[in-house]
Amino acid sequence: MSTIPKGPRPKHLTVGRIGLYCFIIMCALFFLMPLYVMIITSLKDMDEIRAANILNLPKELSFYAWPKAWSQACTGFVCEGLKPGFVNSVKITVPSVIVSVALSALNGYALAFWRFRGAYFFFGLCMFGAFIPYQVMVYPLLKIEDFLGIYSSLPGIILVHTIFGMPILTLIFRNFYASLPIDLFKAARIDGGNFIKIFFYVIIPMSTPITIVAVILQVTGIWNDFLLGLVFAGRDNQPMTVQLNNIVQVDYGVAEYNVDMSATILTSLVPLFVYFISGRWFVRGIAAGAIKG
Amino acid sequence: MSMKNSVEVKNISFSYGKTEILNDLSLDIKEGEFMVLLGPSGCGKTTLLNCIAGLLDLTDGQIWIEEDNVTWKEPKDRHIGMVFQSYALYPSMTVEKNLSFGLRMMGTAKDLINEKIKNAATLLQINELLKRKPSQLSGGQRQRVAIGRALVRDAKVFLFDEPLSNLDAKLRAELRYEIKKLHRDLSNTMIYVTHDQIEAMTLADRISVMKDGLIQQLDTPKQIYNKPANLFVAGFIGSPSMNFLNAKFEKSNQNIIVGNKQIDISKYENINKLINDQQVVFGIRPENINIEKNENSIQCKVELVEPMGADTLVWTSVESNPISIRLEGSSNFNLNDEINISFDINKSSIFDSKTEERI
Repeated sequence: MSTIPKGPRPKHLTVGRIGLYCFIIMCALFFLMPLYVMIITSLKDMDEIRAANILNLPKELSFYAWPKAWSQACTGFVCEGLKPGFVNSVKITVPSVIVSVALSALNGYALAFWRFRGAYFFFGLCMFGAFIPYQVMVYPLLKIEDFLGIYSSLPGIILVHTIFGMPILTLIFRNFYASLPIDLFKAARIDGGNFIKIFFYVIIPMSTPITIVAVILQVTGIWNDFLLGLVFAGRDNQPMTVQLNNIVQVDYGVAEYNVDMSATILTSLVPLFVYFISGRWFVRGIAAGAIKG
Repeated sequence: MSMKNSVEVKNISFSYGKTEILNDLSLDIKEGEFMVLLGPSGCGKTTLLNCIAGLLDLTDGQIWIEEDNVTWKEPKDRHIGMVFQSYALYPSMTVEKNLSFGLRMMGTAKDLINEKIKNAATLLQINELLKRKPSQLSGGQRQRVAIGRALVRDAKVFLFDEPLSNLDAKLRAELRYEIKKLHRDLSNTMIYVTHDQIEAMTLADRISVMKDGLIQQLDTPKQIYNKPANLFVAGFIGSPSMNFLNAKFEKSNQNIIVGNKQIDISKYENINKLINDQQVVFGIRPENINIEKNENSIQCKVELVEPMGADTLVWTSVESNPISIRLEGSSNFNLNDEINISFDINKSSIFDSKTEERI
């Protein structure tokens, strides 16, 4: 019996589709497995961790590892947990994000609308800067900060994060602004706006989506940073990632896997949270930055 | 309209890198005049407007507005208001804020701002839209707001950059009428860029037809339509466009010869300027061809009929050159009908084949 074609074309489950779903499910499992192990391990006590299989669910829920990781775990001789690291990370991340995003927005605006002499050269420089691996610049930067007297201090690490964030953020802002109609800018000039007024009254109110993207990029990038924090922050300002490393890398005593696991989850909570609440914006912004180059 | 010049463009040049867009162009616009810059895309008309607005820096030359050399002045100091094709309304501001932005930037007193907004909104009938955002407006409403933005600034000179091109045909006609009325009531100087010859014809006091950065003809719409200065202007102005026939002039009997047809042009205004054997292009508008049989008429066949309501356009050909004839809407022709056509010679234009200039 043949049906007469009418309305929407019927959908069939093809072999290709089934294969695709299998692949997606396997990928998801592959990436979820470590998270699963981390969470269940953090909820076991040490006896159970030693005795049973790593994948087994805990027989008895034990929450003691979490508060210990937060406020009692030892890093070297100090046993205050991750809490000071969390505070330090906030102190580093918040100003770095604000300064780098604000300056990059201004840079991107200048590059996109005020075509000054050498703008293209500067644009190329940003591209170049965005793709240099930053390990190359660690030592020279260290010498410069030492000379300026801000090495191993909070302003020192904030400056480093601001500098490393700016090339890529400037590119992202510039590309976003280049996609706005130039007539808007012309109209604002005729209406009497100058460089700063146009930026504040016309451009910034239109920058919400791209600013969200920039903030996400910077927050996750700076929060997850380990190397720069280790080198530039100094002993008193060590970010959470560095302290996590110190907790996990015990030189003496017993390795407490449940504490390590909860400490790791605690450290990654901020970026995770940022991804979850802003996934939509994140994808949109990356696409905008990538395509409209 | 007074005799004083409102805008004077003095020998300006403009290049993007090595590409020269305007070269030594001069143009005087009288106070209260409606000047239309008309031309195909890439002819430099928008560049010229941007130069007048101060949005582009000249390579050479001067711009004077209201007897003031504004060449180096910022756009805001040029007594101008500008309306863009893309409306260019600030998307984050309400209509009211859009209108008042320029005044707020200048630090105008609040009462005065409110009064000016009220006047402009009344004039443009956008009173009930003041609290809305641009995204909640239709195209026509947006363009009204954009005009209002120029209005509240008390601009001496209004610049329009293809303001109606993004609107559909019906709205375009409506707003065209509004702009014309606005000019009648305000009698400000207006400079209007368009590629639409109907807009140019209907709005302009004078039209400046441009091509390749040069002004081809600067005159009243009537003159430009009836006496186009060269072949380009003749072909660009008028829809359906002018019919052209390549021909040779014969002085002895005051004829032009097209293939093996002869057309008597003894009634042409400048016939004395033609030389024997001169290669010419004979141009005649579709409405200046009559269907009648006389000693001078040419016999041909109807090849296509385009009824347009008010008119009917009949296509035929003379010596395999397509010819369109505009007739009354009521006229009735069928394919392959035999017709006799005659040309209204004193309304025709004759161009030199080489220089393409009108004779």
